[in-house]
Amino acid sequence: VKLVKSDEAPVQEMEQAEGEETEKKSESGPCFPPTFSVSEIKNKQRRHSMFLKLKEEKRKQKLELKKKKKKERKALGDKAPPKEVPKTIENQRIYDETTVNPEDEEVAFDEGTDEFSAYFNRLTNPKVLITTSDRPRGRTVRFCEQLATVIPHAHVYYRRGLALKRVIPQCVSRGFTYLMVINEDRKVPNGLVLCHLPDGPTAHFKVSNVRLRKEMKRRGKDPTEHVPEVILNNFTTRLGHSIGRMFAALFPHDPQFVGRQVATFHNQRDFIFFRFHRYIFKNEKKVGIQELGPRFTLKLRSLQKGTFDSKFGEYEWVHKRHEMDSSRRKFHL
Amino acid sequence: MAAKSQICSVWLGSETGILKGVSLTKKQAFNFCEMSCMSRDQEVCVMAWGDPHESEVLVGSVNGTVKTFSTDKGIFTATRECGDPSQGRFTGLAVTDSSMITCVESGLLKVWKEGSTETAEVNVGNGVCRMQQNQSQRHRVATGGKENPLKVWDLERPDKPIFTAKNVAHDWLDMRVPVWVRDIGFIPDSDKIVTCTGHHQVCVYDPSTPQRRPVLEAQFGEYPLTALSLPASQGTVVVGNSHGELAILDLRKGLVCGCLKGLAGAVRGLQCHPSLPLVASCGLDRFLRVHSLEDRSLQHKVYLKSRLNCVLLSSRELEVSSEVAFSLNGDVEEVKAEEEEDEVWDTMETVTEKSKKRAAQKDKATATGVDGEKKRKLIKKKVM
Repeated sequence: VKLVKSDEAPVQEMEQAEGEETEKKSESGPCFPPTFSVSEIKNKQRRHSMFLKLKEEKRKQKLELKKKKKKERKALGDKAPPKEVPKTIENQRIYDETTVNPEDEEVAFDEGTDEFSAYFNRLTNPKVLITTSDRPRGRTVRFCEQLATVIPHAHVYYRRGLALKRVIPQCVSRGFTYLMVINEDRKVPNGLVLCHLPDGPTAHFKVSNVRLRKEMKRRGKDPTEHVPEVILNNFTTRLGHSIGRMFAALFPHDPQFVGRQVATFHNQRDFIFFRFHRYIFKNEKKVGIQELGPRFTLKLRSLQKGTFDSKFGEYEWVHKRHEMDSSRRKFHL
Repeated sequence: MAAKSQICSVWLGSETGILKGVSLTKKQAFNFCEMSCMSRDQEVCVMAWGDPHESEVLVGSVNGTVKTFSTDKGIFTATRECGDPSQGRFTGLAVTDSSMITCVESGLLKVWKEGSTETAEVNVGNGVCRMQQNQSQRHRVATGGKENPLKVWDLERPDKPIFTAKNVAHDWLDMRVPVWVRDIGFIPDSDKIVTCTGHHQVCVYDPSTPQRRPVLEAQFGEYPLTALSLPASQGTVVVGNSHGELAILDLRKGLVCGCLKGLAGAVRGLQCHPSLPLVASCGLDRFLRVHSLEDRSLQHKVYLKSRLNCVLLSSRELEVSSEVAFSLNGDVEEVKAEEEEDEVWDTMETVTEKSKKRAAQKDKATATGVDGEKKRKLIKKKVM
């Protein structure tokens, strides 16, 4: 017993001694020996408590610093230096050289004569065929139905194990302008192939975070048949332009503002967020919005020139993870 | 305009019909296009040097015209109607002493003699993807396409091909292997021909042997190989596929030496420099990239706003860069460079000293740690 006591006592005294030492160090001034780090303490409980103390100290220091700065700012009044802007990944984004300049003639000509020119020159109206991979399960089926209500002139067809290369000529002959194939994996939609029909590009997206209408909180009533407005946010690069135009060409040209519905494709950090809202202007400055309709996130995997031909088609852009995702601040859309 | 075109060392043809010239040393790109043009049927399909001095570029467009561009003057000097769009796009353009050879997708190979409107015609079969000229024997051309095997034609005897390749033997399922020749290259200093196919094969044929089947067959990737080029050093070939993968293959064993990274879109045009170990690639991702073949690193990357179809490298690049180096006061520069290098070495030394000091400090720290422990033990003993 004595031995035990003697072991514990010196340990406790050691702690006190350490505490005294640290206090002495802090009192004595700047030149104290390098302190041991918290991780060298072998006892987990004690290590944890030391770490918490350390964090507490740091937090106090941070608050003090903030208070000081605020005081200084107040004291200076008008002469205070401008507030520092915090760095975000969007702020620090590496400048992409393919960012489109709105006055660029060559790009304007390219876009004026590409595969979507027929739509943008008002020569064709969109007609979309929505289908899935073979034998879809409940969630995917409901997702397709809801998509068909969101996109005007959309028709859902059951994919009876048909090959897409054979479906495409039939669609073209029946006047469809888009083919949308929702791929399903383990009862959940996870991919989207969007093929512009006469001979247009095919985009393959990864779909995630699909929320059906039932799962939306505080949603409004079902969307009406009115043509919605389309908002395309933040598609700045050349590739982003192509994809943005692809989405724009899904919807008819003239939105019916009576319906007060809007579909948004918001691009942030290469993820495209789709939302469908109904808005109402309460007065000149205030708007109320209600989210209707499904919401999902897309990420572009590849853009292929020509209609769907994954084996022999030529790809305009392919996502190569190891080469393109090496920097956290580099985005391609 | 003339000044701009004289410094350009890489020429590219785009889908918008614009001929682009890039100067890698000055890092500038220029567009050369006729005022009235800018329509999609001016899309450039093929490009070739008009003469051995590389002062003229021949540009073949979708609408069947072949335009001559002079690099000295910087303007299009001549236009020639060489077929109509119903025959298909141009798949090959070549120049011999006094005539121009064009080939279209439907298989019509025409030899256009200068000054006269007579043309010698040869039908090389349907579905041609490529026609290439042998640089050492200019009257020999090779053609190939989809279900159109490699054929080598001698234009002096255009009735029958000198060499027709035979298809590979049936595969392990005893099924016929489909033929789709996408690009052809003549190996210099020998009779051999390399082709790359849409079924991701690279085949080497030797017409001098009685064997009509490929001498070597190598596979690369899972996507159609769209372009091929032979570098100055023998024994290798650079291929690109529709996924943007560029690879250097060894022609003795048929193995992949290495891949060149960076491309995101299908490779449409590939060319190796005649003397330097450089390869220029262009494709659907609207970039021109120049890689070094020795260490497979990216040397230059230029954004050109349209999708690019063909690329031509001039052999002047080496001369231009060396001129730039020597035109300025060469000696002074060299001396300055040496001084700068000395400075660099001096700074390097100081850095290493600091690191040694830091290491020494660390040792001291550990020593104090040890001492600290000793102190604790002493305290213990005292308490005891």
